[in-house]
Amino acid sequence: MKGNVIKYAQDNIDTDVILPGPYLKLHEHSELAEHAMEGLDPEFHSKVKNANIIVTGNNFGCGSSREHAPIALSASGIKAVLALSFARIFYRNSVDGAYLLPIEIDEATYTDISEKDELEINTDNNSIINITKNKTYSMKPFPELIKKIIDAGGLFKYKP
Amino acid sequence: MNITEKILAKASGESKLVPGDVIFANVDKVMLHDVSGPGVIKTFEKLEKDGVVKIDKLFDPSMIWVTEDHFVPSVDKISAANISKLSNFTKKFGIKKHFKYGMGQYGICHSMSHEEGLVAPGELYVGGDSHTNTTGALGAFACGLGHTDIAYVILNGKLWFKVPETLYFKLNGKLPDGVMAKDFILKIIGDITTEGGAGKAMQFGGSGISDMSVESRLTLTNMTTEAGAKNGIVEPDQKVFDYIEKRGLTNYEPVYNDDDAQYEKTFDYDASELEPLVAKPFSPDNVSVVRETTGVELDKSYIGSCTGAKYEDLVEAAKILKGKEVKIRTEVLPATISIYKRATEDGLTQIFINSGAVVGPPTCGACCGAQMGVLDKDEVCVSTTNRNFPGRMGHIESKTYLASPLVAAASAITGKLTDPRDL
Repeated sequence: MKGNVIKYAQDNIDTDVILPGPYLKLHEHSELAEHAMEGLDPEFHSKVKNANIIVTGNNFGCGSSREHAPIALSASGIKAVLALSFARIFYRNSVDGAYLLPIEIDEATYTDISEKDELEINTDNNSIINITKNKTYSMKPFPELIKKIIDAGGLFKYKP
Repeated sequence: MNITEKILAKASGESKLVPGDVIFANVDKVMLHDVSGPGVIKTFEKLEKDGVVKIDKLFDPSMIWVTEDHFVPSVDKISAANISKLSNFTKKFGIKKHFKYGMGQYGICHSMSHEEGLVAPGELYVGGDSHTNTTGALGAFACGLGHTDIAYVILNGKLWFKVPETLYFKLNGKLPDGVMAKDFILKIIGDITTEGGAGKAMQFGGSGISDMSVESRLTLTNMTTEAGAKNGIVEPDQKVFDYIEKRGLTNYEPVYNDDDAQYEKTFDYDASELEPLVAKPFSPDNVSVVRETTGVELDKSYIGSCTGAKYEDLVEAAKILKGKEVKIRTEVLPATISIYKRATEDGLTQIFINSGAVVGPPTCGACCGAQMGVLDKDEVCVSTTNRNFPGRMGHIESKTYLASPLVAAASAITGKLTDPRDL
């Protein structure tokens, strides 16, 4: 997959700001998209028109287990989140529900990627090409089971 | 193996597991509520529409229990529709354990799990809510999941898990007067940060834990979630067996550490050195001693949630509020109807009302910013809840200080953050 970057250079972005509590009663994906990142970034909706990859720091998606968070991001057009680390439930939800790719990157890659950079992500050889900067990075490979679930298109389509 | 590894080994039919192993394990109990439940229903609708699975029946309706907590009483047409959807769902699939608002016992899911004896020691329990970790205080493996995983479990009875590393927190000695389990877990989160337990098991033990009531232990395991943990757990003992027997649970197989149980790291705490703490805005690891924040002006005191409105929490708050008058808006929301009933029979409700506080129905309420007392811009609240991220309890510019029921009650009387020992 290919796309441009929205960068949040911070740690611990929690699911309460990704999709605030009052909207937990909503379950239509398009409605959740309208409130994505409402607690963090009022510009998100204009940014996401020209971008589909979030790059961020440690412990992305911490806090509440709400699957509404990866759904809201995915329904807004986000295809992948590149982070130094993820909170476990956000990671599971993203993979098992096949909403977006949660990709772990190292500190140097995180520092090097800038807002609006164009990236090409290849999960088969674990590479990230920064087209804007003409550089190639490596991503942390997915564990075996996670890769199989991703390739199957989510947990329900995966046959153990 | 330690208790977490042993429960996962038992549930997956493996004789030996080590941290990092990925397994499919059989699940004993599963919980959904009025947020994750409609999420599960939506997931099923989509899977059927896409032709992925045909859902005629569930794996075992008796392993499932359902409660209504986040948006009850229904706040609007959408939340009312969610409650109706949930009722249709449990009826259609024969789920008998559906605890409904306004029909006797119901309440916050994590408090229901122990109040109703829904989960037993040694079991593998998952819930569609991050604070499912709470129930690990009964000696179960308890962890929170999103609704796709919950949907998978109720159809297939099993799920994949990665065996976690375990951090062991040893508490030596008795907690001093004025200090509660909440202060101990805030101390831990302040020390290890909100990432410190990421994906790990957090186990509690030592003489201070043996000395602690089951309900205090539930406060510890509840907030392992705030350290990012997969599960929180305490080896079961006679206190747990007595507690659940009173709630009708007698048939189970407890699991304990092996003699050679391993932990990634052990942390030792001396109970006598602990004191009342708060987590300042905007993170549960932004911890400070109450006496160093004394004087912070408050608009509200909120005594509620799965971590701060169990029966014993209300008893402690009532000790402070008895015969006193609150100086700021104060809300007390018992976590379940059974707790509310007991608090009423024992005169606690009267103490709260006489102090000027409102006693409301069990609900997650303002803890997650859903309803019933959410905060305005610049409002400052001391709260017995478990999270204080920006906007968590209302306006993005409101502020929440997390504290024990004793601190919340003492602060309600003075209108400022107050150490209960200084009243």
